[in-house]
Amino acid sequence: MALTGVLRPGHAQLRVLNLEEGVHHYRDVLGMVETGRDGQGRVYLKCWDERDHNSLVLREADRAGIDFVGFKVLDKATLDRLESDLRAYGLATERIPAGEMLATGERVRFLLPSGHFIELYAEKQAVGNGLQVLNPAPWTKASENGIAPVRLDHCLLYGPNVAEVQKIFCEVLGFYLVERVLTPDGAGNVAIWMSCSHKVHDIAFVEHPEPGKLHHLSFLLESWEEVLRAADIMAMNKVSVDIGPTRHGVTRGCTIYAWDPSGNRFETFMGGYQPYPDYEPTTWTFDGLGAGGGLDYPQRKLHESFLSVVT
Amino acid sequence: MGVNVHIEDTGEQYDCVPGESLLKAMLRLGRRGIPSGCHGGGCGVCKVEITRGAVSTGAMSRAHVSADEEARGCLLACKAYPLSDVSLRVLGAMQKNVCRPAGKA
Repeated sequence: MALTGVLRPGHAQLRVLNLEEGVHHYRDVLGMVETGRDGQGRVYLKCWDERDHNSLVLREADRAGIDFVGFKVLDKATLDRLESDLRAYGLATERIPAGEMLATGERVRFLLPSGHFIELYAEKQAVGNGLQVLNPAPWTKASENGIAPVRLDHCLLYGPNVAEVQKIFCEVLGFYLVERVLTPDGAGNVAIWMSCSHKVHDIAFVEHPEPGKLHHLSFLLESWEEVLRAADIMAMNKVSVDIGPTRHGVTRGCTIYAWDPSGNRFETFMGGYQPYPDYEPTTWTFDGLGAGGGLDYPQRKLHESFLSVVT
Repeated sequence: MGVNVHIEDTGEQYDCVPGESLLKAMLRLGRRGIPSGCHGGGCGVCKVEITRGAVSTGAMSRAHVSADEEARGCLLACKAYPLSDVSLRVLGAMQKNVCRPAGKA
């Protein structure tokens, strides 16, 4: 098997200012499936085609933003090995017991120098995608509810020390750099897109003075037609749209950036390409991010909200 | 029947209809490229100080507006709904857009 180690982003916990408004947005407008509520009042959701119990957890709080992102790893031996590798690298890790999150096994949590908590876990209850495993139908009722992305795809996080973050993901966790944007002086990276798979990004970072910020959580659609339909559904439901529908030059993904009712940005996204670890990373100059179409290829400008609006 | 909103920084005035936030109505002034923010009370870009008049408010992030600030009328414009004519000053990152001369992008 080629895909080992860290498999994919498996869950993220968002803070919302009003829980039921958040649930309405992610369940009824985005079209995720609600799978549970826990004793802390957190609400668990998954995209229809995901097989594990949850990929998004909503927690009501007095400030918006992201609590943590969790990556599923191949098995418990991999979890133990990666924890010891993180410690050997010099990072402190914490074990969170199984069951602290619904249907989720033990998690290893660590803090990145960008101020974000990242978790690794090996076990989450498989609840299926609503299709039979033997001779399945291609889709189901849940795939036709709201925007209905197929999966949580990636996230873009803002914080300091992106160069150090890249080393942790690439040297310890087995990710590789897919694309990057250079700083204005060309001496470093202001933004990085990294993959642990065959996806154009599993996680991305932008250098930013404030630690622990969320730019967006991204959900995958399967066609450009579905991205346009997502725009219709957002408008019908008075969702605030930031950018799009358009295409990013970076990753070639077709996208809409919009905001949930608490101001957390989310993306509905399709496309890109399928990179391999031996590919040379694609490089954008800082000007290329704006005038070169890195952010918005048709409009070829750096939308001011991209660098200034985060939670 | 709307209310009148006065931006002290520029002397401009605009109308705001019932149920509309101070921010949403302000966008009709047509400042190109206003990074008006998330419109959800989360990002803090649209912070203003209400210097006259009354508003009702929705949930806004304590990362950007403390309880003390909220009590003295420092609010996020996206979550403030005027109940009377209002005067405000722009505090947040939006200031450079609102306060630059009209017509310049």
